Parts: sequence; C-alpha cells; structure tokens
Amino acid sequence: MLIRPYGDTRDDGVIQFSFTLPMPYSVKAADVGKQFLEKLGFHTVGIAECRAMDPEYTFFVAYARTDVGIDPDEVKGDYLEVEEMDFAAINALIKERLGRKLGVVGAAIESDAHTVGIDAIMNMKGFAGNYGLERYPEMDALNMGSQIPCAQLLRTALERDADAILVSQIVTQKNIHVQHLTQLIELLEAEGVRERFVLVVGGPRINNAFAKELGYDAGFGPRTTPLEVASFLAQEVVRRHEEA
Amino acid sequence: MSDALQLNGDLVDRARAAADAIADDIQRHIDEHTTDTTERASLRLLGITGVNEIDVPLVNVVVEHARSLLPSGILRPFVDLMDRTGRGAQEVAEGVAAGELTLAPVPPERCEGVEARAEALAREGVARIDAVRARRNELVATVGEPPKPYVYVIVATGNIYEDAAQAKAAARAGADVIAVIRTTAQSLLDYVPYGETTEGFGGTYATQENFRLMRAALDEVGEELGHYVRLCNYASGLCMPEIATMGALERLDMMLNDSMYGIIFRNINMQRTFVDQYLSRLINARAGIVINTGEDNYLTTADAFEAGHTVVSSDFINEAFALRANLEPWQIGLGHAFEIDPAKPDQVVYQIADAQLIRQLFPGYPLKYMPPTKYMPGDIFQGHIIDGMFNFTGILTGQEIMLLGMLTEALHTPLLQDRYVSIRNAKYVFEACRHLADEISYKPSGLIERRADEQLRRAVEQLEHVRSIGLFKALQNGEFADVKRDPDGGRGFEGVIKVAPDYFNPFFAALREGRMSGPPRGTERGETTAGDSAVAGGGD
Repeated sequence: MLIRPYGDTRDDGVIQFSFTLPMPYSVKAADVGKQFLEKLGFHTVGIAECRAMDPEYTFFVAYARTDVGIDPDEVKGDYLEVEEMDFAAINALIKERLGRKLGVVGAAIESDAHTVGIDAIMNMKGFAGNYGLERYPEMDALNMGSQIPCAQLLRTALERDADAILVSQIVTQKNIHVQHLTQLIELLEAEGVRERFVLVVGGPRINNAFAKELGYDAGFGPRTTPLEVASFLAQEVVRRHEEA
Repeated sequence: MSDALQLNGDLVDRARAAADAIADDIQRHIDEHTTDTTERASLRLLGITGVNEIDVPLVNVVVEHARSLLPSGILRPFVDLMDRTGRGAQEVAEGVAAGELTLAPVPPERCEGVEARAEALAREGVARIDAVRARRNELVATVGEPPKPYVYVIVATGNIYEDAAQAKAAARAGADVIAVIRTTAQSLLDYVPYGETTEGFGGTYATQENFRLMRAALDEVGEELGHYVRLCNYASGLCMPEIATMGALERLDMMLNDSMYGIIFRNINMQRTFVDQYLSRLINARAGIVINTGEDNYLTTADAFEAGHTVVSSDFINEAFALRANLEPWQIGLGHAFEIDPAKPDQVVYQIADAQLIRQLFPGYPLKYMPPTKYMPGDIFQGHIIDGMFNFTGILTGQEIMLLGMLTEALHTPLLQDRYVSIRNAKYVFEACRHLADEISYKPSGLIERRADEQLRRAVEQLEHVRSIGLFKALQNGEFADVKRDPDGGRGFEGVIKVAPDYFNPFFAALREGRMSGPPRGTERGETTAGDSAVAGGGD
C-alpha cells in the first residue's frame, strides 16, 4: 500500500525543509526558494522563513507537499537480521555452544582519533544502560582505543587468537574511512587470515550493505547498542564453530 | 554571582595546596629534561622555517643531525656555528640540511661569547612575539571587542580557503572565536607540516601558512563587523611548543593547550607531554594567548554523574601547571563540561551545580564551557533544545568562552545553516538571560549546593590521593577519564632527553623577562560612553 508523509491530514504529503542558498537576500529571495522546491516536484510551497544569513547567503525554512508515495513492502535490501538476546542469554549461548571465551579485539583504526564509537560498544560501562563487551564474562574483549594501525590491530588479534575484530570509523571526510577499511581487508587477505575472523565495522556512516560491499561480515550504523553487537557476535561465532 | 553558592573555603584551599604539590613534583621532572620538539621550537624561535627537498622541516633536520649534542641543548652549538660562519640562523640551518655545515660541541673558551650572543638572539626572538602581541592590543583597541560570553564555533572543511569562507560567515552570524579543526592525525606527527592545506581529512594541518591565511580572513571580517574576531588552534600533540611558536608569530588568540590531554586521549608519553607543555605555555603566556584546557573530554569516556569530580581535580592541576608557566589568570581558559544523560531527572539542575562550582572555584579565569556531544540525538529538534539548556546554564553561571553546541552534532560537521541557527539560539538565550545570574542565589543545602559540595569534596580526596602517589602513578592507574597510561609507554618517549648539567637554552629566561601584562582592551560593541566599566577581554 502506498503511503506518503502525514502532516496534518492523512496523505497530505507535507514535508518541512531548511536549506541555504548561496545568494544575497533580496525581495525576490522567497520566490527563488519557492520555485526551487517546485522544481523538485513539490507543490503548495510555503516559505516560512527567508532571511539573510550574511551578505552572501540566504537561509530558508519552508513547507511543501508531495504527491509521491511509497510502498514499504517493495523496499528490499541487505539488512542485518539479528535475533536480539539479553546479557545472560548471550553469555549462556557462548558458554554452552562455544565452550570457551569468545575473543574480541576492537579499535578505531589508522588516523581516526575518535574512541566514542568503540568505547560505547566495548567499554565496561557501555552505553545507554547497556553493558559493553568487556563486561561479558564469556567474552575476552580488548578495546585498543584510537589511531591503531591496521597491522597492529591484526597482530594483536592473532596473538590473542581472537574470534572477532571490531573496527570503528567515525571520521568520514573525503571518504577516508573507506580507505582505512579497505586497507584492513587487504592486509587480512594478504596475510591469508581473512576467514579466521568475524569482521565487523561500525560508525555513523556505516550500514550492513555498505560493510558487506567492502568485504566485512557485518556493519552497524548509528544508535547501535552493545547488546545488538554482542548478539550478532555470539550467534555468528557459534554458527561458524558448529559448521567447522 | 561569584558567591551564589556557599562553598567550603577549607576544601578549596586544600584542593589548591594538593594541586600545587602535584605540579611541583612534576616540575622537577620537567626541569631535568628536554625534548626533540622543545629543541626544535627553540630553533623556530630563532626564526628558522621551511623544509628540505623531501618536505622534512629544517628544524627536524638540524635536531636529528645534532642528536648527540641535545643533552646540552641545541642552541649553544647552533649559535656557535652562526658565529663561526658569519651566517644567519636560516642560512646555517639550510647549510646543515645541505650537508655543508656540521654542528659540534663548543670548546669551553668559546662558551661565554656564544652564550651571550645566544641570549641576545633569544631576546630578539621574544621581541618578535611581543610585537605581535602589541599588534593584537592595538587592533582590539581600535576595532572593538564583542561582549562576553564569547561565542566559539568550529570550522572543519579540510580546505583552509573554504574554512576561511565559512569562518567569515560564522563571524557575520555572531561568532567571536573561530577554531580551525586540525586534521585528526596531526597530533601524532613528530614534525609540523609546512604550507597551506587544501585537502585535509577532518580538518586542516596546523601550519604557519594556514594560520596566516585564516588570520588575514578574520582581520578582514573583524574590520567589517566592528569587533576583533579571535582565532583558535591546537598547540597539542607531539609538537606543542613548535605550534605555540607559530601561533605566537601569526597572532592566534587562543590555543588548545592542555597539560594532560595528549597523554590521556592520544597516548602520547607522559614525560614527553609534561616537558612539552611547559615551553608551549611559556610561549603562549608571552604571546598573550588564552589557553583552553580539555577536561570536557574526560566525561566522554567516563560517566559525568559519577566521575564529574575528576574534571574539577584536573582543572586544579591544569591551573597549577599554567601558573608555573607564567600564564596570567585571564589567559587560563580552563575547560569543563559535565554532560549528564538527558534522561536523568534533574539533569539541568546538576549541570548548573557543576558549572557554577567551577565558576566560583576559578574567579577571573575565562572558563571554557563545552557543549553536549555524547548524548546528542539524531533528532535535531530535540538536540536544539538540549543545546538551549546548555546555553542557559552557560549564561546563568558566567562562563566566558562558550563552544556552541550544534543541533547536528551527532550527524556531520556543521552546515552553514547549522552554525547559523545554533548561534541564533545562543544569542537569544544570552540576551534573554543577560542579568539573570545577578538575581540568583542558591538555596542553602539544596540539591545544587549539595551536589557542588560533593563534587568539591571528591575532587579534594582525589587530589590528595594523587599527591600521595604522584601524578605519573595516578595516570598509570587510569584515575583520569578511566584511561591508563604507562610512564615509559606511548608515543614520543624516544624524544625525551635527560639534560646535562651544562644544558643551555636562553629562551626559558627570555620568555619570562619583562613581559607585558593584562588582556587587550577595547570598547564593547554597542557600548555607550556613559555605560559602566568598559572591561573587555576578561578580568585581571
């Protein structure tokens, strides 16, 4: 069934906008903004705010309607479907079916200096009331921190005989994260150890399809909780262990 | 405002006494060591600049070349070589880089003359810094001064020319301080890159050329707006004193310059950072630069509600180190933030308690208040309100440098309009509440006073504990930000050098000698001649 944005009345198609045009404000600025939205296919455009942000730029807040609709059932993609488990169930699964601790090594790699992502998932206290991987008694989790060269991450993972490698990439300007992530894959392949690890990447610009495309086993985007990552790791490592 | 909370004066005295003892202990270590970057900065202060044919800075080439001489300091043999060749500092450095000239130990009979000449050169180097500081004072006096708190925003395009365009737009929208974000990897480079940056990752390099370009852009827009626009960068990482030197010469006004940040958050060796911060701060002190410390970062890794007192303790430690490096209180922008989970009931009440506590503990200091980041949602509308409450707390508690929160903090580096609406948010709140603080005193033994008292008590406990075990050991134990560091580990340890008894570096004395005092003073925008005191730029 087709749906469209719901503002005030079902199917009215109302969307709110804010944007900046690189033009000085003048009396016709509102019409420029309005016609721009009409060119995008919107109608019933209302310019709510149109003001000079400085001598060169004009800022707009606008409302407009669309006749475009979408059928959610027709949206297909590569989504990571993880059965989310609780803390006790994850530990029990590892203990009973892997029979040893699940080893995880994580880092923000190369020039990325931001630990916020890897910390949220791995640090003892975790995030949003969700314990981090270090707190799981059945995991042997090491958070190496930020700016860790790929080679050092791999060396550590091999030394600890880890089951999984977690990589965080926060900085994405000029697609630097793609370079870093590719570098890690290439290193793992060159060393012939790609298949030894469940390889997971997380970050604000990461999704599962993108991660798979780069050669990772899974990708987690914003708002991911440690529980989701832990559930995935436990299920995936146990599955591989039982298939082997 | 300054006494809105009743604090236990004994606790405050105990905190300062402990911080003083902690800093004195480390200062002894600092005085017994030099570092690669300390020696390189000394060469930069002589006026040496530029790179060799493979882009290695000449100061790095010279210091590497003279590695065995470093325990006695680079300057005696370097100035001796200038004397012997009759060449200037730059030509001698170029000669060494070209392999034509060789640095050698100075025979005792030449030492006295060489040292006198080096002292004169050091005074000349410092005089160049003084001239830049005088120029700032003159500009602030003639162009004018914005009202406090300063609105501080960040530009981070990775292209210095685009940064300059965005910075001007931000200034026109009401920003008073522009911080140019440095490319993330620079903190771990053991040299300072050269030239302009047009394709940086997550920022531009801190280079002298980038500093110069941005300074020119801000002077231009400041003239247009009728108030001086301040420029901030990072004297941090493995090259703290060298970047401070460049900032002093290119008239930066603020520098992120923390005594412990690099240790905790960049895994830079602690001995290295303590030595490096000292010269970098002496330079900033001389240059009239306001330093910003980085305690706000502690609570991105540790929990704000539980570990808030570590920010208080660290502010005391940073203060003690800063005073030892000759900085005046108006130059010490202690950083803080206590970002408590917005889901916690009374979050803003605790936020006010923490911010007011810091305000009262450090009167006369231009405190830098850091915005919410960790709990900022993707829902920008909610984020805008959280920022609004942060702005409210800032004006209520008399913070002076407000790094503005962006509603899109969780999403991307700010778009032009993100910065614009965030500045509008802040300006509205600051004007709407301008005199609110004068009307407020806190309920004795109320929630706010109890929270502030507890934070102070826990900070005193921590400081006295750190004094008893020493700061190296405390950092090893992970007592700040939950991050553990090894005194002999981390980056840059190989560049820490124990000094010989005849170590010589005249800059340490020259930087302290006869310097200017007090902040720049200018007339506030919109101020009438009949108005009350025209104090601008912070109390002294």
